[in-house]
Amino acid sequence: MFTEFFKRLSVWEGIDTWIAVTGALAAMACALPGTWLLLRRQSLLGDALSHAVLPGIVLAYLGVSWMEEIGWLAAPATGSGAARVAEGMSLVARRQLALFAGAALSGVFAAVLSEVIQRWGRVERSAALGVVFTSMFALGLLLIRLFADRAHLDPGCVLYGNLEATAFNRLGDTTIPQAVIVNGGMLLVNALLTLLFFKELRLSTFDPDLAAAQGMRPSLISVALMSVTAATVVAAFESVGAILVIAMLIIPAATARLLSDRLSTILFLGIVVAAVGSVLGHVMAITLPAMICSRLGMPQVEDASTAGMMTVAACGCFLLAVFLSPRHGMARAWYERWRLKLRIVREDLLGGLFRREEAASSQPHAANRQATVGDPVRLSWFQRLGRQSLIRQGLIDSGSHGDSLTESGTAAAQDLVRSHRLWESYMARHFALPDARLHDTAEKVEHFLGPELQAEIAAELDQPTMDPHGKVIPTPPERL
Amino acid sequence: MSNHLDSSPLSIHDMTVAYQRRPVLWDIDYSAPSGKLIAIVGPNGAGKSTLIKAVLQLIPAASGDVVFFGKPYREQAGRIGYVPQRTSVDWDFPIDALGVVAMGLYRKIGWFRPVTKKYRLQALAALERVGLAEFASRQISQLSGGQQQRVFLARALVQDADLYLMDEPFAGVDAATERAIVDLLRELRAAGKTALVVHHDLQTVAEYFDEVLLLNMRLIASGPVEQVFTTENLRRTYGGKLALLDQVGYRMSHK
Repeated sequence: MFTEFFKRLSVWEGIDTWIAVTGALAAMACALPGTWLLLRRQSLLGDALSHAVLPGIVLAYLGVSWMEEIGWLAAPATGSGAARVAEGMSLVARRQLALFAGAALSGVFAAVLSEVIQRWGRVERSAALGVVFTSMFALGLLLIRLFADRAHLDPGCVLYGNLEATAFNRLGDTTIPQAVIVNGGMLLVNALLTLLFFKELRLSTFDPDLAAAQGMRPSLISVALMSVTAATVVAAFESVGAILVIAMLIIPAATARLLSDRLSTILFLGIVVAAVGSVLGHVMAITLPAMICSRLGMPQVEDASTAGMMTVAACGCFLLAVFLSPRHGMARAWYERWRLKLRIVREDLLGGLFRREEAASSQPHAANRQATVGDPVRLSWFQRLGRQSLIRQGLIDSGSHGDSLTESGTAAAQDLVRSHRLWESYMARHFALPDARLHDTAEKVEHFLGPELQAEIAAELDQPTMDPHGKVIPTPPERL
Repeated sequence: MSNHLDSSPLSIHDMTVAYQRRPVLWDIDYSAPSGKLIAIVGPNGAGKSTLIKAVLQLIPAASGDVVFFGKPYREQAGRIGYVPQRTSVDWDFPIDALGVVAMGLYRKIGWFRPVTKKYRLQALAALERVGLAEFASRQISQLSGGQQQRVFLARALVQDADLYLMDEPFAGVDAATERAIVDLLRELRAAGKTALVVHHDLQTVAEYFDEVLLLNMRLIASGPVEQVFTTENLRRTYGGKLALLDQVGYRMSHK
């Protein structure tokens, strides 16, 4: 299977590198505004923007080609060599600038419009956004249809993008795809803006009121962030489409948020996850589908949409983070819960043995009745696991007449029973509960008291020596 | 404008504040005395937070004017410390306590410049004053409510302002924090600063504050606690809103 994987991967060519680089740059550029949107709890706004910019793009596109037609702007010329590269650069720059402006304008327009609808339509924010971005996207599609002969925009391409094709759309005579320049430039701009305005973005995100009180104009910062997001989305649009752009805005940011609690680290990790996800996505796109489909009897399937696979890869990173995140991860939560369960089982075993030995020493005949407490046969597998660890650590001796506590085992058990009986005494002082209920709550609380709370309770109850049932409250030897 | 006292830290002249044309504060006329601790007291919906936000221009005032130490807010922003309600921000935001306190210095640091060590030390000193120095690198999401409130206070302290506007600093805090805040307020007063504090607990007004400002959509009374904080004035403040004000407000927003 690995040999097949590497065989399939060996078809990797220069163009594959460019596809991966284009995707990675687009994703990395999106990750930065995406992180800010995530922290502002406005991820949906990024989603809305990626659709709402469409009419702006179409109009900008139409505007540029119209101006070229009537001669206000020089039309693309045919030359060669360095001149053509320079020419190509300026053309790309001009067209992109027009598209950026169009997108930023319609993005801000969408944001403002949804505010207005929210206020005057008396609907909640997400509903207002839903109304605006779907309508604007529809308007964009309509414009494309109306001017289909002028605008060489394909609705399918708008939705899904065409990463493979944009990689072939090169800059002049070079092998560098135009999209690399555009997305790379956007990444640079976003990185620079984030560095320059880190403080301002952080404060206006965390506490817009204080930002305003300090004279920072958070509403202006908000509009600027919207515009930059819109421009970034447009840069990525052509390569990856409106749907994948959402993934690129949200997934790396959400992944990074799980991995760190430091804002600068989160921003950086977001970029890393975006890059890794994209490269991995292209590797998967040219290997996995063929490997899977040839086994399913469809050998004609060679590869899948790279953009789609990039999303899958990023999503994989996210799931990994959900599972393995150092602070919020499920793996850690499970491990902690398991450790707690094991501790409780161990302590219950110790407590049981202690009570049995206590009963045996006061009334020898009762010992047989309670012999089942430490009987290994009656234990669940988890209790057996706890018992094994107790034996290994020398807290329990397993003799032929059943288990017994060692010296250190007795001390540990005394500590636990002390917690139990102190808690019973405390409850009896403050709650009017029947005796059986005292035992039940103490059975739960005993595992969590610890020395400080023990001392506090003992002090409040004037260092009691007997619990409410008339049993001795033991004191572990090291605290005598 | 002649009746504005230049010495007053905060002087409000005939200010009316409206949300979508519906007035929530009517014709407020008030001058805060310098170097006092002043409680802003009134029932829910009386416009206490609105008053603070309006003088800081966080929400627009429909009419009237406000001056700080004789000058408009924009010229005096550096001398005014603001402590918003604790619940107004997202405490899951990825930042540590020191980072939040340093935010109070952003204005002084200025655009484009990073928070350097000098400023971090200032922030640490402010955290120390509220007794949280050892929590400097703790994520804010892991602080208790009282500790979060103290972080907010430290953020205002670090500005070294002359006038502090605090929105419900005592809301939902533990006894230790309440004690710490009171000590801090007295410390500020001893240093000649003025604090206007939105306060909910009528029991402690006389103990904690010198002056009181009774508010219920309009200014009911203001002045030294012993003169103004009377049963009669409290009855006027809490004895239901003036029904007529509400009705007129309703009409103004629905016509």
